Amino acid sequence: MDRRKFILGSTSALTGSLWLPGIVGSAAAQDLPAGAVASGILDALPGKRPLIKRSFRPPNYETPVSYFREAFTPNDAFYVRWHTGVPDVALADWRLRIAGPGVKSEREFTYDSLRRKFKTVEVAAVNQCSGNRRGLFNPHVAGVQWGFGAMGNAVWSGVRLKDVLEDAGLNASALEVVGDGAEAPALSSPDFVKSLPMWKALDPDTLIAFEMNGEPLPGWNGAPARLVAPGWTATYWIKALAELSVTDKPFDGFWMKTAYRVPKGMFGASGFESQDTEQNSPITAIKVNSLVVDPAPGAVLERGKRVEVLGIAWDGGSGIRNVEVSLDGGRTWRDAKLQRDLGRYSWRQWRHAIKPEQAGAMTVMARAHARDGSTQSETLVHNPAGYHHNVVQKADYHVA
Amino acid sequence: MLHKGVVRSVILSAMLAASIATAAADETSLHLTEGPGLTQVQASCSMCHSLDYILMNSPFQDKAAWEKTVNKMVKVMGAPLTADDITVVVAYLDAHYGKGAPAAP
Repeated sequence: MDRRKFILGSTSALTGSLWLPGIVGSAAAQDLPAGAVASGILDALPGKRPLIKRSFRPPNYETPVSYFREAFTPNDAFYVRWHTGVPDVALADWRLRIAGPGVKSEREFTYDSLRRKFKTVEVAAVNQCSGNRRGLFNPHVAGVQWGFGAMGNAVWSGVRLKDVLEDAGLNASALEVVGDGAEAPALSSPDFVKSLPMWKALDPDTLIAFEMNGEPLPGWNGAPARLVAPGWTATYWIKALAELSVTDKPFDGFWMKTAYRVPKGMFGASGFESQDTEQNSPITAIKVNSLVVDPAPGAVLERGKRVEVLGIAWDGGSGIRNVEVSLDGGRTWRDAKLQRDLGRYSWRQWRHAIKPEQAGAMTVMARAHARDGSTQSETLVHNPAGYHHNVVQKADYHVA
Repeated sequence: MLHKGVVRSVILSAMLAASIATAAADETSLHLTEGPGLTQVQASCSMCHSLDYILMNSPFQDKAAWEKTVNKMVKVMGAPLTADDITVVVAYLDAHYGKGAPAAP
């Protein structure tokens, strides 16, 4: 498909309409820790629109939900998440090394040599931070107190990781592909390094991406190149990628072995057996989820007037089967109208017309079902690191 | 077309947000509550990260939770704090940003 057409043809009808980002009306505000509400100001990083600042250094900025009205999240509104600091890598100096005991011969590519040698492909995919919605955990858990916006949807373009690995040649012993970015650790903190199981690394949709939404990756989002592991949380999407090492034993760095873990069995099989332990598993695939985007929760709706609720739904790659909406606290549900399918890793927009007849409080609940049969959680599955919050949302409005 | 109610709420949000945003542009705008240990906290924590990490992670951590957080910063992240420094930092965090402490902007 022609890339431009894909991008232009899929932006929502609301693109270009007048609106401003806001944080105050967000349903998350009352559920976040009070200190996160107070310090979560709107602030613009250079080249970015005002986003909700969670921390200045390292920069952790979340996207206001109002931007999710568009099928693809604008690059300059895409959330920002770094562990220690943002590396500044000049394209001319950038090299990608392929090494490790799992490859037959080492490789080193420049930007040009990599792009010349391998076919460019694209995939539409949600990029969601593992800790998205951590701030809504009750009881709260320590960490970056994200609301709903540590995620975005984009068309990622680059070369297949599979093609690059196969060019180097894989040994039968190859077990994991370890990705390291140019992000430097602070003091003696562990370097941010993540691994993928071979099956995920060799998935034709797993990319070394240079572009998002038809433009070079912003530095804030991992220029010159980042891994794209569709369906898996963004911790694996190594930014400012510098080296890929194919190992023959489980990688045991801090960010694999200790961090980004969920209790064993709490969320099903990880699909990453070489990293499972008796106690826990790495967080891997995104859980099915949905979000009411418009009207913004907290808005005042006009009594007797028809209004169309716009939302999004996504999962770890099976695709969205249907989204149900309830206006009576979950007693009855009706199917929302799914919008165009932009690919199984993309989120799916949905619409549902409502006509509020009663003045006063009104709640819209939305619940997504994935094609793999999974659905959103009724109650929070609490876990120490605050991952996989996919509780059915209650969007509150006032009818007047 | 946007719904009227949405427009109202969006304008209100934007006004409030603008009034907040003008007050801050970088981490020098962050202020922690005055109290014993503040200087140590500023020196120790801001070596690696801005102090909004403390603000956003409050007020829900009790003393044991703050102790765990600070120990992680020292043992895992390599923050060079002595045992005495840790005691001072934890006491400050518990007193001003601990569970039940008033949320200080």
